[in-house]
Amino acid sequence: MARILSMRQALSEAFIQAMEADPTVIMMGEDIAGGQGAAGERDAWGGDLGITKGLIGRFGEERVLDTPISETAFIGAAVGAATAGLRPIVELMFVDFIGVCFDQLLNQAAKFRYMFGGKTMTPLVVRTQYGAGFRAGAQHSQSLYSLFAHIPGLKCVIPSSAYDAKGLMIAAVRDDDPVVFFEHKVMYDSIRDEVPERPYAIPFGEANVVREGDDVTIVAIGRMVHLAREAAVALAREGIECELIDPRTISPLDEDTILDSVRRTGRLVVVDEDYPRCGMAADIAALAAEKAFPSLKGPIMKVTPPHTPVPFAPALEDLYLPNPERIAAAVRKTLT
Amino acid sequence: MQLSRAELLKAYRLMRTIRVFEERVHDEFEAGHIPGFVHLYAGEEASAVGVCLNLGDADYIGSTHRGHGHCIAKGCDVRGMMLELFARQGGLCGGKGGSMHIADFDKGMMGANSIVGAAVPLALGAALASKTLKRGTVAVPFCGDGGANQGGVLESLNLASVWKLPVVFVFENNGYAETTASSWSIGGGSIAGRAAAFGMKGLAVDGTDFFAVQAAAADAIARARAGGGPSLIEVKLDRFFGHHEGDTQTYRGPGEIERVRRERDCLAIFRRRVVEAALLEAAELDALDAAVALGVDGAVAAARAAPPPDAAELHTNVYVNY
Repeated sequence: MARILSMRQALSEAFIQAMEADPTVIMMGEDIAGGQGAAGERDAWGGDLGITKGLIGRFGEERVLDTPISETAFIGAAVGAATAGLRPIVELMFVDFIGVCFDQLLNQAAKFRYMFGGKTMTPLVVRTQYGAGFRAGAQHSQSLYSLFAHIPGLKCVIPSSAYDAKGLMIAAVRDDDPVVFFEHKVMYDSIRDEVPERPYAIPFGEANVVREGDDVTIVAIGRMVHLAREAAVALAREGIECELIDPRTISPLDEDTILDSVRRTGRLVVVDEDYPRCGMAADIAALAAEKAFPSLKGPIMKVTPPHTPVPFAPALEDLYLPNPERIAAAVRKTLT
Repeated sequence: MQLSRAELLKAYRLMRTIRVFEERVHDEFEAGHIPGFVHLYAGEEASAVGVCLNLGDADYIGSTHRGHGHCIAKGCDVRGMMLELFARQGGLCGGKGGSMHIADFDKGMMGANSIVGAAVPLALGAALASKTLKRGTVAVPFCGDGGANQGGVLESLNLASVWKLPVVFVFENNGYAETTASSWSIGGGSIAGRAAAFGMKGLAVDGTDFFAVQAAAADAIARARAGGGPSLIEVKLDRFFGHHEGDTQTYRGPGEIERVRRERDCLAIFRRRVVEAALLEAAELDALDAAVALGVDGAVAAARAAPPPDAAELHTNVYVNY
């Protein structure tokens, strides 16, 4: 019988299976158990949204480490530990907080293998929450994954389903390179789909064709996959068949699946929740323009937020985010 | 603890190797043979060697942009280092790291690091791995007086204390962060004094006194190995060259460089002390000097003769798999 899990449950199962399979896998972050040193419950929070709840009880505080609020020190420690025999899963509570600790990924983890001539590897997973829609304002709502995809030496994973979240997390922990794993904060409970109980890994750099179609290619990332699917369903009623591609990892990026589709449809819409300047939407648009230009039959369209911080007011945040109507409009525009 | 003759000879050989290596790198850089940025460790030898003499290959060190001395003291191959500085095939990192990014994980050398203070959190990770995997090893992040003021370093002092990690923080205070005097930049006036705020033992030692450094490090490292948590050592020393090669050093006082070279030379002080105390003989030290000079000559000759990395190396080792 099909087993339906939320993304939260799927991730939790991935952590447990990864930690059971390999004693060198440890987890660290702020309040990932919670209540450390306090008089009340241990495992009081299990992470600020409860995603890591129960792990300290199962694996103990030697493998599930709460940290002071010191992202540079503990992400740096995770990077160093990865070069010294552990496979840390370290949580950056919100991706917005990268501002206080970026060096340890930008100049350290990402560079070691190259600048040390292949002498070390850094098998590290940085888990982080991203995304708008939580009314959390400008410093707790960004996507920012394009910043990481920009950097050679880092891998970037952005699951859109519970199934992918589990398989990509297990792959990330097994991977020998530093991986930044993006979890959309509004998807933990709202996204539910079929997830096998056994451990499985989804290879990086293999896009998922969510929906097949011959008229327009839509590439959507993370939560945008769900909005694009809604748009595709609505457009199908008008007789427009969209092929919806979820890259699942943006570094490495499955260029072949995207380009094969664009060469067939001749039209491309990219939907991205990250900022529009120098982002993945622009990157994928450039990819198609460079490598599939003779096949293009209409303008490449990008559907992204505006070039503004994420607003707090619900009325403004709703305007900020892409939605199925805007995606459908972009599809129609590339067809005209 | 009394050091054996063999340990004293090893200490002298390593300190002498660092000195000769750095003086030779100075010349080779001036002659245009070494690309990039180079920061020389000459004058600070007693710190790296005094500390690393207490460590084995399985112990880790983190280093700085001024890392040649730490590499040599931790046992990195001098010829491989010289090839690396020259950006040649056969360099310790295949010529892709350079002076500021030499690493040799087999020797527990986690890398020179050109981001000031960045190696300190990394070394905590090595200590965490040791603690988690019950290896009984320690980690020693070397850091300068400039790095002592970096936020991540202060975070690391706290985290090491909270997690009771087997770490010994070694702050090499050579008086200057680039051009800025540490007497001005260290709030509170003492790096060693900061240890108390994090609940760890801290002391300052004279970096011209190899024996003082070695004893302080031995004590702190033994404590870390025994599960007694982190310690901090501030080593006060002087650099004989500028911040980097090419530094005109106009910020230093009149006669300062000549004075520190004359009065604050840890190698000369070591030699005088062991000979006067009849621990070692001048003749055997002279013999070591000759052997070290030959070794460095050979390293330079090999570096000059070696080819640069293959063009294909541009694309290799970005990832393990991609």
